[in-house]
Amino acid sequence: MKTEKKRRLRRNTRRSLINYAIVIAAYAIVQALNAGGNIKSSLQGQLVPICAYIVMAVSLNLVVGVSGELSLGHAGFMSIGAFTGIVAATALQAAIPAGWVRLMLAMVAGALFAGLFGLLVGVPVLRLRGDYLAIVTLAFGEIVKNIMNILYVGIDEKGVHIAALEGSRLVLSEGGVPIIKGPMGAVGIAKLSTFTAGFLLVLVTLFVVQNLVDSRAGRAILALRDNRIAAESVGLSVTKYKLMAFVTSAALAGAAGVLYGLNYTGLAAKKFDFNTSILVLVFVVLGGMGNIRGSIIAAALLTILPEALREFADFRMLAYAIVLIIVMLATNNPTMQQFFAAVMEKVRGTFRELFQKSGETVKGGGDHE
Amino acid sequence: MSFLSNVISGISLGSIYAIIALGYTMVYGIAKMLNFAHGDVIMVGAYVCFFAVSAYNLPPVIGVLLAVALCTALGMLIERMAYKPLRQAPSLAVLITAIGVSYFLQNAALLWWGSDPKKFPAFIVVGEQNGVSLFGGQLRITYVAIVTVVACVAIMAGLIAFTGKTKMGKAMRACSEDKGAAQLMGINVNATISMTFAIGSALAAIAGVLMCSAYDTLLPTTGSMPGIKAFTAAVFGGIGSIPGAFLGGLLLGVIQIFTQAYLSQELADAIVFAVLIVVLLVKPTGLLGKQIQEKV
Repeated sequence: MKTEKKRRLRRNTRRSLINYAIVIAAYAIVQALNAGGNIKSSLQGQLVPICAYIVMAVSLNLVVGVSGELSLGHAGFMSIGAFTGIVAATALQAAIPAGWVRLMLAMVAGALFAGLFGLLVGVPVLRLRGDYLAIVTLAFGEIVKNIMNILYVGIDEKGVHIAALEGSRLVLSEGGVPIIKGPMGAVGIAKLSTFTAGFLLVLVTLFVVQNLVDSRAGRAILALRDNRIAAESVGLSVTKYKLMAFVTSAALAGAAGVLYGLNYTGLAAKKFDFNTSILVLVFVVLGGMGNIRGSIIAAALLTILPEALREFADFRMLAYAIVLIIVMLATNNPTMQQFFAAVMEKVRGTFRELFQKSGETVKGGGDHE
Repeated sequence: MSFLSNVISGISLGSIYAIIALGYTMVYGIAKMLNFAHGDVIMVGAYVCFFAVSAYNLPPVIGVLLAVALCTALGMLIERMAYKPLRQAPSLAVLITAIGVSYFLQNAALLWWGSDPKKFPAFIVVGEQNGVSLFGGQLRITYVAIVTVVACVAIMAGLIAFTGKTKMGKAMRACSEDKGAAQLMGINVNATISMTFAIGSALAAIAGVLMCSAYDTLLPTTGSMPGIKAFTAAVFGGIGSIPGAFLGGLLLGVIQIFTQAYLSQELADAIVFAVLIVVLLVKPTGLLGKQIQEKV
């Protein structure tokens, strides 16, 4: 019993450590390739978005995979985070010249704001279940997109000014700078995000999510997902734990939004629409629900995929759709699964034979039979 | 008088949402899946009708029938190719596949028919007029609006009769309650699901043609937003319920037109969705949805 428990613990820790190692190794490889000039500029531009999408996917996985609630409005939190971060970074421009400090503060601000909205939305909404929760989160995402679309924010020496609907209402003194201009979005942003910052954010996200999942609270969240009624009857508070996962996820999405937003000189609210939410959901489902490593890999590969499919030119997105359908069919259809299992078994068998033959020559066969 | 004209355009838009929502709710009730490709079937239907009428000079009635026939076939084909192999899979896997199908249809349409907006011809005309004027020209009702509302009511009545009276309709209700038990009673579950997709897609084609007649531009992405709106309408009214989809669609359309007219053009969508959230918080199963008791 005791040893069983010990091994169990170690397995979780090992799994987490492998995830850190994968991310660090990927970062090292990319940096090494970059130093050698082996990365195409088109891919180089993708590095920060890849990090942002990895954070998005891992955080959404906390809601969809670990907590078992379908959310279709994750891009809404990203949007809130991005625009908060942009305003914060621009407002602090004079006070703090160091870019990385501003980026960090912007991320904290974005995460706090997005987390706050997560709390506001989560408290009433987590009472709903299944597809109803999905549709409300979808509605939330659309509302955020709409409101961001009419928001005008500017800054002058008196502070930050906010107006809705018409730019003319935004009265700025001489030397004031408009930051967000309604449908045009944020313009003239100082690019602060770097690949290293993205890499660090991914590490922080992994740290937060993995430790949450492996904690007592994480086990409570898993128990509520697996059997809500049984978990409730042993005294676990549904609202508390579901909210914990939801708010953490929203805050991380906000930080990802800041990373994404400060990577471009201009950003419109349209970018964070329903399709972005769906894109992140695709990462999570393809990577495997509740599987953090899967989310990381799926987010990275699928962000690169449209670039890699560039040779198909116009057929690029069509090919993306076909790949998506085929992967879903291949991983979820029983017949296909059996076929793949059989193939894998054959491959494994061949390896085993090879291994046994070489093993026999060395040790004369090491198996126990 | 502008109030009355807003009511009319609200009901007409709402009827379009209702027709789409009826298809959504049928498919959801039986397959228990959010068919995200539904909105794109609308778009395909509209394109088929557009090309039939404007490129091949077929009479509009033939164009509509052609759109309905092709979309029905398309819906059944999608079901057979993409959803049937995943019958036992977790519902999210099916959802993602549906999203894949939706991307596929949009991008295939983009390649095939191009990204330039098509101007849909106004073909519901009597003589040279596309509508009637009342009260000395103060109030104008387009024929499209009249046809849409009539079609919507007829479709809803037809669906209620179909699911209530016919053998196939009863089979559908049985499947939506318990597939395993339905199979044991000798119902061909696969054929029933296929039939549901056929009906849903046929409705989508009709909605597509009506929608593009009322709002005349046609793009490969035309279907996606009405698809989402209609889905919210279906949830609004209580998903799985036919009168609920009708009511939800009408209300959504009226709310949208009224916020556009009296509050704000830009915030119309946000207000529609905010109303949806409030309704779901007060009545979590939608307006006419059934409360399903949870069992241990």
